[in-house]
Amino acid sequence: MPHIDLPTEHAGIRSGFAFRPDTAKPMNELVEILLAGPSTLSKGERELIATYVSSRNCTHYCHSIHGMIAAAHLGGDELLVKQVKTDFMQAQISPKLKSLLVIAGKVQQDGKLVKSEDIETARTLGATDMEIHDTVLIAAAFCMYNRYVDGLGTVQPEDEAPYRERGREVAQKGYVRMSSEYLGLEPVGRS
Amino acid sequence: MPHINLPEGLPGISAGFAYRPETAKPMRELAHLLLHEPNSLSAGERELIATYVSSRNCTTFCVMSHGAAAARHLGSDSIVEKVKADFLSAPISAKLKALLVIAGKVQEDGKLVTEADVQAARVLGATDMEIHDTVLIAAAFSMYNRYVDGLGTIQPSDPEMYAQMGKHLAEKGYTTPSVRQPVEV
Repeated sequence: MPHIDLPTEHAGIRSGFAFRPDTAKPMNELVEILLAGPSTLSKGERELIATYVSSRNCTHYCHSIHGMIAAAHLGGDELLVKQVKTDFMQAQISPKLKSLLVIAGKVQQDGKLVKSEDIETARTLGATDMEIHDTVLIAAAFCMYNRYVDGLGTVQPEDEAPYRERGREVAQKGYVRMSSEYLGLEPVGRS
Repeated sequence: MPHINLPEGLPGISAGFAYRPETAKPMRELAHLLLHEPNSLSAGERELIATYVSSRNCTTFCVMSHGAAAARHLGSDSIVEKVKADFLSAPISAKLKALLVIAGKVQEDGKLVTEADVQAARVLGATDMEIHDTVLIAAAFSMYNRYVDGLGTIQPSDPEMYAQMGKHLAEKGYTTPSVRQPVEV
């Protein structure tokens, strides 16, 4: 049960967003830029980073929805998403993405754990500075989203089906457009 | 040394913000809303929550800059030092202490917050919005701290630089850069 009087018609982060729409706005814009904006990392790759971090933080709502969004971008491959959550080193993803997930996992724990060797490995495998920057910020941002969802005691449904359905829709429409449907905010352009 | 090619001479989060202005914009706006805009919690109280979380994450740049902003709002350095060291014995309200308990749990893991923690804050006068904002400030600083540390940004120890930043943050908030000139590092 939520710790405070959150709107009951929404689950997970959406109940926090509906409770305080003005803080929801920049939070939605940030995730839109990081996960759905222009980038040399594919949307599927970036969603896998978000899913992996959320899975390490054991935030059911976030790793379920972002896992389903990732799967939607990756041709419906939910098995690959599960492999990334359980043991990404064995998953069928590029060595570059593996090296970025190592960095993301360290940021999830403590940003100070990232070493120049981790960066060097990612660079050797083709990662650019901007990709490393975005990996660090995606991991950091999901430490915020995950704590927000858990710290408010939001409702996090167990059933996979609604996440699958919504995941496909978010993959198609993006975050800001989806949120404007229930926040009543004007959709904003990507800055 | 920063892990990537960040603009030279900018300390802490300023370097990340200058490197990628697109993501800086919503991050600045969120901090401005949470810490600077009018709220039933004073700006000093909210800066203390940000400072406390940053202190638990051991992120020097954030501890020093938000500590300086808190000190500026409160007109006292010693309250800030006491909150960092042992907030339960600091000269702050019982309500703020209850909110700092919640913030400390969110810093560790949001799932640690219990109904009893929330009830304790409510009994001491905290509103649902104040509890919401405490959770979100603690969550947001779990992001800002990791961003600053994870990029390997330069985090100076010069109190004078932070005092100037604190003045800017307390007076103008977060939508414009608080570090005007590159610092010597």
